[in-house]
Amino acid sequence: MNGNGRLDVGTLIGDAVRREGDAGRLAQEFAGRAEVAGLLDVAFTVVDSPFGPLTIAATPKGLVKVGLPNQDPEDVVEVLAARVSPRVLEAPGRLDEARRELDLYFEGKLRRFGLPLDWRLTAGDFRRRVLRRTARIPFGETLSYTEVAAEAGNPRAQRAAGSALGSNPIPIVVPCHRVLRTGGALGGYGGGLSLKEELLRLEGAL
Amino acid sequence: MSSLPPFQDLLDRHADDVLGFLVAAVGPQDAEDCFQETFLSALRAYPRFGEGGNLRGWLLTIAHRKAIDHHRARSRRAKPVGDAPEVAVEDRGPSTGIWAAVAGLPPKQRTAVALRFACDLPHSEIAAAIGSSEQAARRSLHEGIKKLRKELA
Repeated sequence: MNGNGRLDVGTLIGDAVRREGDAGRLAQEFAGRAEVAGLLDVAFTVVDSPFGPLTIAATPKGLVKVGLPNQDPEDVVEVLAARVSPRVLEAPGRLDEARRELDLYFEGKLRRFGLPLDWRLTAGDFRRRVLRRTARIPFGETLSYTEVAAEAGNPRAQRAAGSALGSNPIPIVVPCHRVLRTGGALGGYGGGLSLKEELLRLEGAL
Repeated sequence: MSSLPPFQDLLDRHADDVLGFLVAAVGPQDAEDCFQETFLSALRAYPRFGEGGNLRGWLLTIAHRKAIDHHRARSRRAKPVGDAPEVAVEDRGPSTGIWAAVAGLPPKQRTAVALRFACDLPHSEIAAAIGSSEQAARRSLHEGIKKLRKELA
């Protein structure tokens, strides 16, 4: 630009622009603006837990997703964009209550979650009934896959119940870790069997 | 099922460019408000965005429109006071002269200069953002630079 002693306008503007503005802060403030404008379809944040980071997300209706430590937050957020709405923002404010309850739970001080839930990531009546029934299993207690299937309306559908539990979008809060094989074997867990075991131990169920 | 990236990705990737453009186009004082308005408009329209499009270009086009709205509102406000809009007088800091000079450019020249030097956009993308041919964008940029040199010399 400036081969012949003329004023280099480009450098002047470029340098001046770099001295101004904090895009990171503005981007953080933006989540609040979006919430007020009613445009924040999905808020997410990553919270610490004794077992590793959890990616949690809520719609205006309630908690819609808990991503366990073995799930990459980026993947979790991408699935939310595809399956709920692309209007997804990191907005910890909407998740304050969820974070508080999870913290208390991990300290063993909360036995029942009171968070509103959004079930939209679970398709199908039977699958929802299985998860709703699972949500009512008390802290420290367990049911078998067969029992859950029966109480969801179909005692012979323990495989379908297992599959519903395996794709539980809101683990821990909807405690699918409290469902075991008849006889007490652990069965499966999306977050890894060792996490299932640790959660049951935390609750004194093992 | 859409395959648009989460809006947070747009914010993470392009907030710097959008803010840089707006600082150059409307001055640092008003850039923050225009930034919020730009992203709110984008968020509102986002689910209807055609897949595979150029998201940065789309955001900068929205920012360009916000900057034009901003300058229009500003000259409307300034009218009752005097005939020539008093531009950027309240901008403070070491770069006051630059912002005042850029604000004084006609809209397309202003946007071309801001996109070129705050965001390093090539002529083709400047043209897309201001809705003109590449040749016209090149000319706007050239005219803008010439005026700024004179103004700031």
